[in-house]
Amino acid sequence: MGLLDKQFEKSNVLVTSLDSLLNWARLSSLYQMQFGLACCAIEMMAASASNFDMMRFGVIPRATPRQVDVMIVSGTVTLKMASRIKRLYDQMPEPRYVLSMGSCSNCGGPYWEHGYHVLKGVDRVIPVDVYIPGCPPRPEALIEGLMKLQEKVRNESMAKKHA
Amino acid sequence: MIETHHSQPATSRGTTLRTEEMIVNMGPQHPSTHGVLRLELVVDGEIVVDVIPHLGYLHRCFEKHAEQMSNYQQVVPYVDRMDYVSSMGNEFSYVVAAEKLLKIQVPERVEYIRVIMAELQRIASHQIAIGTYGIDIGAFTPFLLLFKDRERILDLFEEVCGARLLYNYFWIGGLSHDLPPGWVEKAKAFCEYLKPNIVELNGLLTYNKIFISRTANVGVLPKQVAINYACSGPMLRGSGVDWDLRRDDPYSVYHKIDWDVCVGRGEVGTVGDCWDRNIVRVHEMEQSLRIIEQALAQLPEGDVKAALPKRIMPVASEAYGRTEAPRGELGFYIISDGTGSPYRIKARGPSFVNLSVVTEISRGAMIADLVAILGSTDIVLGEVDR
Amino acid sequence: MTFQEISESLQKKFGEAVLLVKADAAVDPFIVVAPQSICDIALFLRDDKAMQIDSLSCLSGVDRKGTLEVVYHLASMTLKHKLVLKVSVPTDRPEVPSIESVWKTANWHEREAYDLFGVMFTGHPDLRRILLPYDWEGYPLRKDYEVPEFYNGMRVPY
Repeated sequence: MGLLDKQFEKSNVLVTSLDSLLNWARLSSLYQMQFGLACCAIEMMAASASNFDMMRFGVIPRATPRQVDVMIVSGTVTLKMASRIKRLYDQMPEPRYVLSMGSCSNCGGPYWEHGYHVLKGVDRVIPVDVYIPGCPPRPEALIEGLMKLQEKVRNESMAKKHA
Repeated sequence: MIETHHSQPATSRGTTLRTEEMIVNMGPQHPSTHGVLRLELVVDGEIVVDVIPHLGYLHRCFEKHAEQMSNYQQVVPYVDRMDYVSSMGNEFSYVVAAEKLLKIQVPERVEYIRVIMAELQRIASHQIAIGTYGIDIGAFTPFLLLFKDRERILDLFEEVCGARLLYNYFWIGGLSHDLPPGWVEKAKAFCEYLKPNIVELNGLLTYNKIFISRTANVGVLPKQVAINYACSGPMLRGSGVDWDLRRDDPYSVYHKIDWDVCVGRGEVGTVGDCWDRNIVRVHEMEQSLRIIEQALAQLPEGDVKAALPKRIMPVASEAYGRTEAPRGELGFYIISDGTGSPYRIKARGPSFVNLSVVTEISRGAMIADLVAILGSTDIVLGEVDR
Repeated sequence: MTFQEISESLQKKFGEAVLLVKADAAVDPFIVVAPQSICDIALFLRDDKAMQIDSLSCLSGVDRKGTLEVVYHLASMTLKHKLVLKVSVPTDRPEVPSIESVWKTANWHEREAYDLFGVMFTGHPDLRRILLPYDWEGYPLRKDYEVPEFYNGMRVPY
């Protein structure tokens, strides 16, 4: 709530919609699944480490799908892995989001033509909210994608069913 | 099985409590498998009876792609993506094999720059290895410190070729770019900067009492087993085998530089335990700094694109080139049929071979030790599955 | 030992089993041997005092359209010499004896060659697919391989 910091001198009442309050809470603590697939996972690790520090956005890695809000599909999804990704996605509690990181999980990337064992885009098995281009995307690009996701969460409403 | 009180199955103690072997699945989504490896564990209580690795969750058909490319140079980006934490090392091995096939002699400046890049990459790769190993064991701080230093290496790479992780920098017969002005000074400054940090790392992690008790005498890999399984890199040297391809099958300009091969000595436990494999990596970082400093001082002038071939068209032949990548012997077996595109390329990844010995050394260990053993092998699944 | 000396002593010891010695190859010289005697030759190379080839660097399958080749890249860590051995078998009956008992590292390499090329290694303790799923059909690195349209309900081509 950086905007309202030091705006009031005494304790006060703030009127807001329940949607905004809940969305604010949700978008500020998007727990991610600790789960890497390929090259992009190294950039994801770099994004959570010292220089980029993704934890300041409330993105904390959790090792189990039961505790996470967002799955970052970081790398090439193979046919052997696809069914496992689907299962991990099914195990996540709703509301859940998917960030597709890198060209491989967007569309097959460099393996689109001759990759007989590569799934050409993770959106063939699970729905994707934000696509991040790059091979691999820089940590800045990952953070940008995360902020796009926060924007999406901010505009959701309890009255309407979300994806 | 280990002869301790805990490891005895309850039945042998004559009680009515009966234990059964159980199968536990570890991975493909597991924080300590370093990617998408799946291990099927047969356990008796906390004791690991057998480990059955299941690979292929990242099989990206590298060898098929290599055959389908229209020339040899186009393979380099795919080679980058094999062992994605040491792309420069992969490219080095591939261009060494391809230049052997084509019989190209590259200018001396190119060789020196390649050595500098490969050694910087070795440091970066070992920093990831040690950092994530710390996390596996339960120490989070070294990871943050090592990644901070690693970013400085990535900045150096970025300045040279524009990419942080996958570079496409080594070309067959040369390099994609020469060093930018002022880079040599920055690299020298980096070497000076890193030296005290390695000392700090040793205080923080390597000689930490908890770290030693988690890794010493755990997962001992005997010398003969390591050789029979063709292990390489820190895995082999940790077992006390004095073998390094940079010295024993020399390539590039390593023979003009003064450096030492580090081997495990069983300083705190048995020769070939997890701690020894880790200390070999720490010492290799120091030796790499030595190599980089000498190479920077000896760097000759020249044109890095002078020897680039106009058309890459080898005669029908085959060559096996191997180099010492951060994880060990990385070999490329290239077969040419006389056309412009490769007939077959086989990659011999060190991670693939090093992983195959894990079953052998983890029988009888505790489940928690299995995490320590797996972390100490430092596998990268992109290279295991290719 | 030089390639010349190794090939001569192999010819002396195994005679007919050494099918071709290609010393004048453009880059790496190699020796083609009969598939049924690869196990004996491997054991000899490992245990002979003058050879001491203690490590199998690499084992690769190659599809030569009609025949399948298995290529062994061997190296001695003590004597520092290298050797390339090859065996060749027809594609319709691709049986090669396993050398897993000589060098343990061959276990996974042979599984990989079976997985991608369909070379049957007789005597291998655990010949299963290693990289591809266990229910995958066909051997993808053969030159006549065609990519399936669907795998488990997922479309494979782009």
